[in-house]
Amino acid sequence: MKKSIIKVEGLTKNFNSFTAVDGISFEVDEGEIFAFLGPNGAGKTTTIKMLTTLLNPTKGKMLLNGLDPALEKDRARKSFGIVFQDPSLDDELTAYENMEFHGAIYRVPKQVREERISYLLKLVGLIERKNDFVKTFSGGMKRRLEIARGLIHHPKILFLDEPTLGLDPQTRNSIWDYIRKLNKEEGMTVFFTTHYMEEAEKVADTVAIIDRGKILKSGTAGELKSLTKTASLEDAFLKLTGYSIREENSKAIDNLRMARRMWRR
Amino acid sequence: MEVLYVLWLRQIKKYWRSRARMIGSLGQPLLFLIAFGFGFGSIYQKAEGGNFIQFLAPGIIAMSILFTAMFTGIELIWDRQFGFLKETLVAPVSRPKIMLGRTLGGATVSVFQGVVVLLVSLLVGFKIGNPALLPLAILFMFLIALLFTAFGTAIASRMEDMQAFPLVMNFIIMPIFFFSGALFPLEGLSGPIEAVTNFNPLTYGVDGLRGALGGAYHLGLFADLAVLALTTIFLFGLGSYLFSTIEI
Repeated sequence: MKKSIIKVEGLTKNFNSFTAVDGISFEVDEGEIFAFLGPNGAGKTTTIKMLTTLLNPTKGKMLLNGLDPALEKDRARKSFGIVFQDPSLDDELTAYENMEFHGAIYRVPKQVREERISYLLKLVGLIERKNDFVKTFSGGMKRRLEIARGLIHHPKILFLDEPTLGLDPQTRNSIWDYIRKLNKEEGMTVFFTTHYMEEAEKVADTVAIIDRGKILKSGTAGELKSLTKTASLEDAFLKLTGYSIREENSKAIDNLRMARRMWRR
Repeated sequence: MEVLYVLWLRQIKKYWRSRARMIGSLGQPLLFLIAFGFGFGSIYQKAEGGNFIQFLAPGIIAMSILFTAMFTGIELIWDRQFGFLKETLVAPVSRPKIMLGRTLGGATVSVFQGVVVLLVSLLVGFKIGNPALLPLAILFMFLIALLFTAFGTAIASRMEDMQAFPLVMNFIIMPIFFFSGALFPLEGLSGPIEAVTNFNPLTYGVDGLRGALGGAYHLGLFADLAVLALTTIFLFGLGSYLFSTIEI
């Protein structure tokens, strides 16, 4: 019998009249790699935000490493690390400074920190650019840096929200190899969301398919395929979630970027 | 301790690297010093107030600290919009501690700005009364800086984006500056104006700074220190609370 490290029961989040997450329940075992699959706007990110103390749930129970992220925020934060879907780097610091900042606020001892930072920067191919400002980086480079940063401290639970979106297969593979190594050697639990079906199929022990705030099915990739009588996880996914294309609201971030530049002058 | 240090260091680095901003923010105090200082100088002299630059400079130093501190506090909104705030909010560091690190960083930057304006005002003819009291002047600068960085952070914790920024500028920062005694003496003000200035924490900062730099205290050294310190503690507490309740 495995011990569960994440336990969610009837978790709900309403934004005014809109229900982003609608009474979901699931469990993740310790040391497991768990994938959350769902179309845009399914509630994946909202769920992760509630689990990582950034949002308070409207209803429902959560337990993360035995702690309630809604009530025992400071203690719960010690149990996990997260790579966000949206950018979360400081553009006006260098790559190395972003890494160093992370290592320091997560209290990774200085020597370990330095070793891991150079190892990880090599892993994501950014070691030569370590002293460059992040604002000079391309989207893919920023993404690689964010993933590398999330791996400096080795948390008990690692959340990855669409970690490999926009990365080439080489980078994706080397990153996943490293994450799987941490998963094996340190028993780190991995909770990730993705759009890449083959990625979920390849690395996840359990896959949960979520749509419109509800979990439709969960199980191993094989179980989901036989359940839906389909040949691939992608077919199983489409069969469960339907073929309609989802709308997502755009953000005013580009306007803001411009406003910031002007204001800074 | 290291956590506080890296939070502080980040603010310093960001400030130090944007030279354009540093130079740009000297423009306004310099303009005020020259335009008001020389513009009203002779009237002030005729009214037997003495040398107006001598009166005005501490007010302008306080002004530049007020502006820099409020801006660095409000900069929290950029961190929120550009995502970096998330990185700090999920870290295993209590929110008041994050707030403290940021505030100390912002306050350090603002004091530095104040010192630069002090040096500039020496060039336009300001004279420091007693150099031995400079540490006291720096203490006042630091208190003003802490107070308004915390205030800016508190406001920013409740703002989603920069839309409301002109509102803050025109209805909070500017009135605080104009009704602080930075530009005019507090003696003989009419009732309502006097009430407003008494209620304004910057009034005590300007008064303390003016006293420490060689002028006379209107309200008294200890009253100035006490009001500034208590208001800072209050605003820091309020800011920490608001900061702790941020959801993203």
